[in-house]
Parts: sequence; C-alpha cells; structure tokens
Amino acid sequence: MNVIAKSLGSSTHTKHTTCAYCGVGCGIEASINEKDRSIKVNGLAEHPANLGRLCSKGSALDQTISLNERLLEPKINNETVSWDAALDKVANGFKNIIEQHGPDAVAFYVSGQLLTEDYYVANKLMKGYIGSANIDTNSRLCMSSSVVGHKRAFGTDTVPGCYDDFEHAELITLVGSNTAWCHPVLFQRIKKYKENNPHVKVVVVDPRRTQTCDIADLHLPINLGTDVWLFNGLLNALNLQNKIHSDYVQQHCDGLDDALAQAQKSAGDMATLANNLGVNIDDLTQFYNWFCQTEKSVTLYSQGVNQSSSGSDKVNSILNCHLATGRIGKPGMGPFSMTGQPNAMGGREVGGLANTLAAHMDFTEDNVQRVQRFWQAPNMATQNGLMAVDMFNAIESGKIKAVWVMATNPVVSLPNADQVKRALEKCELVVISDCIDQTDTGDFAHVKLPATGWSEKDGTVTNSERRISRQRSLFPPACHAMHDWQIICEVAKRMGFHDAFNYQTQADIFREHAALSGFENSSAANHKLRDFDISAFAQLSNDEYEHLQPIQWPVNNDFPNGRDRFFANGEFFTENRKAKLLAIEPKLPKNLPSNDYPLRLNTGRIRDQWHTMTRTALAAQLNQHISQPYVEMHADDAKQHKLLEGELVRVHSKWGEMLAPVTINSQLKSGDIFVPMHWTAKLSRTGRVNPVVNPEVDPFSKQPESKHTPVQVSPYQAAWFGFVLSREEVTWPECDYVVSAKGSSHTRLELAHSKTLNNPIQTMLQWLGFENEQALQAQNLELLSFEDPALSTYRIALIDNNKQLHAVAMLAPDTQLPERTWLASQFAQPELNDRARMALLSGYAPAGEDIGRIVCACFSVGENTIAKAVKKGCCSPQLVGEKLKAGTNCGSCVPEIKAIIANG
Amino acid sequence: MTAKLVIIGNGMAGAKLLEELTANDHAYDITVFGNEPYGNYNRIMLSPLLAGEKTINDIMIFDRPWYEQHGISLQAGEDKTVVKIDRLRKRVITKDGEITPYDRLVIATGSNPFMLPIEGADLDGVMSFRDIRDVENMISLSKRHKKAVVIGAGLLGLEAAMGLTDRGMDVTVVHNTNIPLNRQLDEEAGSLLQHALETRGLNFKMNASTLALKGQERVEKICFADGSELEADMVVMAIGIRPNIQLAQDCGLYCQNGIVVSDTLQTYDPSIYALGECIEHRGETFGLVAPLYDQAKVLANHLSEHGVAQFQTLPTATKLKVTGIHLFSVGNFLGTDTSESIIYRHSQQGVYKKIVIEDNQIIGAVLYGDTQEGPFYHELLDQQMDIRPIRPYLMFGQALCEAQSEIMTSTTQNNTEVAA
Repeated sequence: MNVIAKSLGSSTHTKHTTCAYCGVGCGIEASINEKDRSIKVNGLAEHPANLGRLCSKGSALDQTISLNERLLEPKINNETVSWDAALDKVANGFKNIIEQHGPDAVAFYVSGQLLTEDYYVANKLMKGYIGSANIDTNSRLCMSSSVVGHKRAFGTDTVPGCYDDFEHAELITLVGSNTAWCHPVLFQRIKKYKENNPHVKVVVVDPRRTQTCDIADLHLPINLGTDVWLFNGLLNALNLQNKIHSDYVQQHCDGLDDALAQAQKSAGDMATLANNLGVNIDDLTQFYNWFCQTEKSVTLYSQGVNQSSSGSDKVNSILNCHLATGRIGKPGMGPFSMTGQPNAMGGREVGGLANTLAAHMDFTEDNVQRVQRFWQAPNMATQNGLMAVDMFNAIESGKIKAVWVMATNPVVSLPNADQVKRALEKCELVVISDCIDQTDTGDFAHVKLPATGWSEKDGTVTNSERRISRQRSLFPPACHAMHDWQIICEVAKRMGFHDAFNYQTQADIFREHAALSGFENSSAANHKLRDFDISAFAQLSNDEYEHLQPIQWPVNNDFPNGRDRFFANGEFFTENRKAKLLAIEPKLPKNLPSNDYPLRLNTGRIRDQWHTMTRTALAAQLNQHISQPYVEMHADDAKQHKLLEGELVRVHSKWGEMLAPVTINSQLKSGDIFVPMHWTAKLSRTGRVNPVVNPEVDPFSKQPESKHTPVQVSPYQAAWFGFVLSREEVTWPECDYVVSAKGSSHTRLELAHSKTLNNPIQTMLQWLGFENEQALQAQNLELLSFEDPALSTYRIALIDNNKQLHAVAMLAPDTQLPERTWLASQFAQPELNDRARMALLSGYAPAGEDIGRIVCACFSVGENTIAKAVKKGCCSPQLVGEKLKAGTNCGSCVPEIKAIIANG
Repeated sequence: MTAKLVIIGNGMAGAKLLEELTANDHAYDITVFGNEPYGNYNRIMLSPLLAGEKTINDIMIFDRPWYEQHGISLQAGEDKTVVKIDRLRKRVITKDGEITPYDRLVIATGSNPFMLPIEGADLDGVMSFRDIRDVENMISLSKRHKKAVVIGAGLLGLEAAMGLTDRGMDVTVVHNTNIPLNRQLDEEAGSLLQHALETRGLNFKMNASTLALKGQERVEKICFADGSELEADMVVMAIGIRPNIQLAQDCGLYCQNGIVVSDTLQTYDPSIYALGECIEHRGETFGLVAPLYDQAKVLANHLSEHGVAQFQTLPTATKLKVTGIHLFSVGNFLGTDTSESIIYRHSQQGVYKKIVIEDNQIIGAVLYGDTQEGPFYHELLDQQMDIRPIRPYLMFGQALCEAQSEIMTSTTQNNTEVAA
C-alpha cells in the first residue's frame, strides 16, 4: 500500500520516514502529536532495510526532539541576529575572502547527516560557483577508503550487493565491524537468519572480542592493522585450493596474476602468517577452508578496515578475493561496505567529497566540462580540494580563511582534535549550521545558523545498500530554523548566484540531481559510463517525490524499478569494462608502538550513542547503557600499570591526552586499549579521545588512522571519586574529571579530583548551588547526610517540601560508590515514601520486606512481621514472643500484639 | 517434704523469676512477699500510666488469681513488708510479725529512688517516681496544681515530666548538665530530644544545681546555685536509684553498693540468692529491665538445679517511653580517642544516628528519631562482629546488610566455582 501518512484523529497522524543514525537506513513509522509536538516511533514493517525492526537509538528518537538544546535563532558572536544579518555576514565574508585570496581560501566541512538535497546544493555552490573543491565531509572519517577501493576495483564507487545477500549467504564474514552495536538492525537480521539456518557460518575478524562474536562460529582476533595479510593469505589459499573462478576472471577482471604473486609473497607459510596475524593457526586454516568451500560468501567490512593508513588497500584485498572467485553481485555473494552515517552514500552520490566532482564523476577534464555544461556554472573547480585532515591543517596555516561547518562536530571527531581547535581559533570566519546550540565546534563559531533537525528535515537519504528513501518532516521547522538546503541557497543567492540556487522545494533539487546523474551518461556503445544514474526521477512530480518509496539505484530506463545487485556479469565501469584486482603490499600502521608509547589505542562506537552525542545524549534512556567514557584494557595491562576497574587513567600520545575510567576486558588483546569516540567537551572535561589520536591518513583516501595510535597510560591518583544527581542543572565543579549525562528527570555528574576536600558535606552542597545548610531553607529543602569520615565517605541528599528528591551527591576515596540506577529512578517518583527516603543514602532500593509500623519498639518488630507470624500459627502473645521476641522486653506492646492476633 | 522457697520482693525481677520457675517444673513451695498491695505489675509502664495512656489493669503482669492458680502464696501489702531475715533459723519475719521459714531465700528488694539531701526535701509535694502510689499521688496533685518541677533529665525524669505535661501541668525539667538523657545520648541527639520535648510544651533548665526546696508545709519554690528560683507546686526527684540492701545488710550479708552475688546470683550465704536492682555483680549495679530478666533466667535455672547458666553483664540498650519520641542507645556511644563514627542526619525530620566503631567492631550506638535498627546494632555489638564487610550498608539496616552479604557470598561461591 502506498500510504505514507494517515490520520489517526484530529491531532494525531502518522508519517513514514527514516532513522537519523547509522547507514542501515531503517524505515520508521512516526505517530505525530502536533499539539504537544511529540512523537512515537516504530519500525516500519514495509521498509526493506529493517522490516519493522529498530535499535535502541532509533527507538529513542522521540526523546531527542525537544527544543531545549536547539539552536533556534541565527547568532553572530553568540548574539541573536536576524536571518538577513546572519546570511549577509556569511555571504559577504566568503565573498570578500574569495575576492582577496581566491576560491581556495574558503572551505565547507559537511556531513553524512545532511540530506542528499542539502548536500547537492552545497557541492554545487562550492565546485561550480565558488570554484574550489574545498568541500569535504565527515564521511571522510568513515568510508572514504571504501570509495577508493570500489573505484580502483570497479571503476566506480559501487556497492555491488544488498542486505538481502546476508539472508542468502552460507558464510558471513564480518571484518572490523562491531555490527551488534554499530548496525544493530542488520545484526539482528543476520542473527535471525543464522538461527533459522544453523549451517550458516559467521566469522568475525576483529582484534576485539565484541558483542558481535555472540553469533560467531569463529573469531579471528587479528592484530590491529594486519587485515591485508589476512586477505592476501586468503587469496593465496583460494589459489592453492583451486577456487579461482577462471571464467569470471578471464572475462571480467584484470590484474589477477600480479595480485596473486603479491598475495603469495606476503602470505608465506601458514605458521608465519598466523603468527603475524596473532591468531591461532587452526582458526586461520578453518576460516580459509570455509571461505574456499563456500561459494555463497558475503564479506561485510566497516571502520576497522576503512580507518587505517592502508584502508584503501585493505578494501581492495577483500575485493580481490570476491572478484577472483566471481562471488559478486549474485544472491548471497559479495563484498559489502557498511557505512556509518544515514546519508554517507547520498553524499558520495552528489560528490560531496573534495576528491570527487559530482554524481559519481571525478575531476577529469571531460567531467568538469560536462558538469559545467549541466550547471551552466561560472567557476568550475578543476581539481581535488583539501580533504578533512588537510583542510584543517590549511585552516591552521592560514591558507583557508573561512570555513562553514554543517551538521558535524570536527572538534570532537577529527583526529588530533586539539589541532582542529587551534585551527578554528585562528580562522578568520567560522560559520556553523547546526540544530544543536552548544557544541564543541560551535564554541569557535563567529556565525551560528539554526538548521532544522531530524523530524523537521525533509528530503532523501541513501543507505548502505544504495537504497534511496524519503526522510520526511514530521513538524514544521522549529522557531527560526531553516532547512540546510535553504540556508545554503540563501547564501548562494547573496553571493550573486541567484538563478542557479532559486529552488522552490527540495524536490526541485532532487530532480536536478537525478537529471545530472543521467546527463551524458552513455558511451558510444550505449552502455552506462557511470553506475549512479537515477535519471528516471528527473521528471518526478512533487507529489511523486512526496510519495517516493524506498528504491535501490540505479533507477533509469534499464532499471526502472531499481537494481539490487551489480557485476554478476561483469560490466564494470572501467574503460575496458573489466574489474581490476590489485597487487597489495601489506603495510603496518604508520606509527608503531615504542618504548615511550607502548600501547595501541583503538577507537570506536558504543551501542547507544551516536557520533558526538549531541542528539543521542538528549535521550535519558540512551545514557543508561554506558554513561561515561572509558578506557578498556586487558587485565594484564591493567595489572602492569597498577590499575583497578573504575580507576582513572590518563591516556597520552604524541598528540594529546585524555582521562577516563578503566574498564578491564580481557577480550581485548594485551597491548591494545579501546576508547569510545563519542564523548565531547560539552559532556566531559577530559573524555574526548580524538586529541590523542594520530592524524595519519591513508595516502589515497585520506581517511584517518583512527583505529591505531601508539599511546602510554598512567594511573591518575584521585583523592576522591564522586557523583551528583540533580533535578536542576549543576555547574561543573572545579575538578579534573567531570562527565555529565542527562537522565529522564535529572542530570548526572561523575567527578574525581586529586586534591582532598576540606569540608566535604559543605562542598557537595556548594556543588548543588547552596553556600551552606542555611541556604537550603530559602527553597524549603531538607538535607539528609551520611558520613563515615574514617573511610572518607560522604553522602547527601536534598528533598523538597513535596517530598520529591531534589538532588543526591556522594563522595568516596575510591570507586566504591553506590550504583546510580536506583537513585536516578527516584527522581521520577512524585513523592519519596518513607522506606525509599531512609534507604536513599545507601544508594540501594529498600532491602527486605516492609515490616510495617513498629509495634515492639524494644526489638523493632513491625506490624506486618507480627501479622505474618500470626497467620503462620502464633496465636498468643507468648508464641509471638517466642518467635519474634516481640513484647518480651518491656511488654508494653503486648496489648497491640493481642489486637493483631484478634484481627488476624 | 517440699523445699520452701521464699522470695522477698514482688517487682519485675521477682515476677520474672516466678514466670521462669513456673514455666519449668519446679519442686518448691513458694512464698512471695511484696510491700505493694497488688499482684505484680510492669513498673516500666508507670510512665504510660501517668500519661494516662494505660490503666493499672493494662500494666498488671500477674494478678492475684495467677498466684493462686500456680500454688504460690502471695503476701502483699504494707503489713507484709519483710523486716528481718533470720539466717540462723532460716526464716523471714514480716512487719505484722508473721514468720516464714525458708530452705532457699531470694532477695529481690529492688531499689529506692535517690532523694537529694537538701533543705525542703521532706516538704509535701516532693516525691519520687517509683511505684503506683507515686503515680496516683502525682495524678491527684496534677488535678489541683499547675506548676511542676522534675529534677533529673534521665529516662524516668523525662517520662514523669511528659506525663505531667500531658496531665495539663506546666513542667520544668531541671538537669545538672547541658544534655538531657546524658547517660543515653550524645550532645547532638540530646539537643534534638530537648527541642522535640520543648515543642511539646516542656521547659528545661539545664546546667542547674539545686540548692533547696522552699515552702511552708507544701513545696512552693525551688532555688538554684545561680541564684535563680522557680515556682513549684510539685517537685519530682528522678535523679537515680540506690539498691535496697537494708535487709541484707541487717542480716550481715556481704554488700557493697548492692548485695554482692556470684555469676549464679548466689550471695555469700549459700541459701540466699539475690537478683535485680538490689544486687551488685562484678562491680555493677542495675537499673534496666533487660539484665534483670537475664538474671531471673539464670537464677531459675540454678534453683531448678539444672545449674549450668551463668549471668553475664552485657551492654544494655535504652529507650524513652514517651509516645512519638524514638531514641535508642547502647554501649559506648561517645566513643574513644581511637574510635570511628558513622553518622546519619535528617535534621528536619529529627533523625540522627551514630554508630561508634573501634577495631572494626561496634562499641556503641545512639539513634534518635529512627530506632528501627537499634536491636541489630546491639546484637552486632554483643557478638563483637567484625563489621568490615557490611560497613557501607550498616547505617541502612539489617535487611540491606543481609542482602549485600548474600550477594557477596554468592559472588564468592561463583568465583570459587570458576576457580575450581
């Protein structure tokens, strides 16, 4: 049924949209209540990506749409201004700098969170009108190595397969991907499929034993960065076992011999190989045998492969194996690049990367002219621009003088992140457009432009399997927010490019984008020059656009209903229509551990947070799973550094440092440590990991080596650890370690510091905003306190005059603080009952049964306890006394005991 | 012939002894002498009686028929006061001249209230707070007079003061330190108590030293060392008790502050035993009910010739019997130079709790406002339990400590299993 919106009564109706987060691109059915601007989200059963499923993050989208943290008005130097003033400032600022220093003195740093239509106009403005290719994207950090790999092998950036392949495969190899946490819905699909088909084998290749290994038949914990050895070894094994698909290779591929020769050379004998990889030789043999014997093989890979100084080579070493066996483009077969962002693929399609031009075209002379003809552009960029890391280096060095950051947070996410700060600090004009007001990057902005966020944005996104879906607005733009494409077009118009950016709707942009994809996209032999072709949409009506159903590109005359797979019969997009196998020489990460920096830092995602947490951290529910940054390390390493679980550790590299608690996890390899990438300076004082990460990049993709940085760790000598839970916002205390997390009715701070507190109870009161105990009276707050000074343990709670919990603060000399979960739940109680109040400072829910009102004061025996004993047969005060001692001392309660017996 | 057991004293210790003896098969012909004309009543309940919360019937433990049913001869009343013990002939003589022989004698004469030896102590309207007669006296005076002074802010004094306040009198408590109930409370708990009682209408004159009581026949005012005076129609002295050892001394039994007894409650005369507030055991005298009960059990055991039990003095917990006031204290709640304290406060709710720890054992506790866990701390104190494993949970009670211990135990077990 082709229904995208249906009414559920006057104020509630539903709309179909897509999730804001990862590259799985799940469909969502949102029930919208316009009155209170709230929604309920459910997985959309009809969407082919998720078939009704949603993960924890997607399910919590309803909690992220409040306007509290939003940027809702344009600001210049943090002063609210009119849109005209802000847009003029940006347009004039860019224009002046371009006039004085040329177009390469400006840059856009954009995001896989933008919709395709936003992305398209940003790319068009920079590459066709400003005349520079200095537009790069945070997708650089996530899949640019895959782009290079695809292009080198296939001629185009083509994902050959689709999700359906995972449900037809007999061997699923997950490489460098914690699918269970990072792409949970796809993981669930694989898990379900494997449950129903027990013969299906799952192999996980990951230095860490992650949750993904729960479904693994085999886990190969290869050493960080050694993927090429593994897949060269596999190619060699395929050859040795005569599994090369000679027909396919002969007809459709070049380069096998060289690739094989190199593979043979680097593989060596199995014992050496296993040793180099750091895996068990039997496991390795098992994997090779399974792969050799299983035609229906899918190999999914993600950041563990891409984020490397040899990321592109890793990708090609995987593609080699699938090309050599012809296992590509057929059901249940193929390599599969899993992208991180909801619209990284859309960004690739419009060409929103500094090393692509547009619509899957690179900067060849032909392409530049072609696009110029299409756009009628006055200032075509003719060559690659600066890519993320280089772009921020150029900003720091002053080559780039104006930068516009859209929907991303590079101060948190780029490697060597303090360099990004330095760069932005020096930059003449920093513009951000974002839906969130307070971000680490926003702190450096001269101009802040309020963009619409998910639930308001409207356009298209493309997921990892090339499926274009509509993301629909559920609400009109909040306050003064504008859609990114509108903001970009307004600036473009003010820069003098009125006609080229005078779109009325996002559908106008989509149609132009579709038309460009089909523009001059046929060879003399009448085959497509470029894989990306959605020319069938060039004439889409507004209504058809509104009702567009999820579809896998290409969508053109040849494939009017889209296309699930590529390359089963070759037809690659290279000159000779053949794929290219590459001879890949394995390389270790750029910076290797040394005496000074003996450990290897690996970074990644956690289950319930997204990127720099600007939105997911708004959802209390998502802050529960893991609420603090952490440094995961093997027990042996922890022991060697004299670290216990939960203690703080400094991680430092040549580039910077961070501070976070230790989590001991011997599923990691000794020598490796893992830190989540998410925490920002807005949420933690010292939890940003990227200042530590080396800014090394892949020479071809320029993707940073975020998975490998040599580091040293040292214990942080904390004098105390503490936490605060408060109904009201709390200013961060002056201490070295602070992490804040939002709860449903409270804010939580985790704290630690190296200096002892003189007056702990009073200090905690001051944290909560009260100079001393007397100051509580003004707000009718009651103080509960607990102290065990000999153990340096101090706890307080504040209760308001409605018996509601107002705040809790606790201090200990070590990490042995009570769990926060139960305490946090008490903020949701409209009134604390007596038992909860008395248990509060224990941090534990009231233990044991409710004994009821005390009847026997001498032995503290309660009414409920006595009544229970009576029911069990204690029918006289004497028997009650024998059983419970009640009434056997002063005896004054005996009449009451008699009454209970009488009522019993 | 059945051996004759004579018990002098029909107070709480005597009654408990009877209860213990009759609960087991004893082989005695028992005679009990009491100088109050009642059966046996719960003296602890005098305060609720004074406050009007209970009646005399409510506080009776054993009424006269009980004695008959159990074949015990009760000789109660002023005339039946034992005035002499004739150890040589093994018999006791009452005021009205009755002579009763014994094979074994138990002295349970209790204590006398201590009266300040000051000018005017013998005036009308000056009394102690010890027995039903005192209570009746106070109730009748409260109906005709307005102003009362209670000397002594101990348990009895405060209970008397509140009782009189409840009966409509304007009552001032006079105390010689700055902390009410200073034997039971530390300064902080004491001040919470004082505040609570003041809220209920009681007045306090603290750090006061009483010089004299003045009046014609009746007491009219009380004079203090600082020169101040208070009008008083009634003065209740509740400043302590002295073991009642007159009879014992007269018959030459060895006494110090009390009648000195062994661990089996035997005096220096092997036929004579003593228990309750009249005794001295290993240098200690007694004023609370719990040790009396323990003594009664030991003595009954001994008299029944089971002969294994020994009395041992343990720290005793105290409570104030004033409705709505909850306090508990046990052991050394003030602490030592080397002790550690764990403190919980919720001042607005009038809650203050302190546990004193030394060498990882509880040595004392004072609880004000929330006394539920008092018996638990008392038990840990008695058992000299190493509280380290439960220290973080201790303040929050037995249930949490047990729940956490279970978790710890099961974790340990799991670990052991893994290790095995």
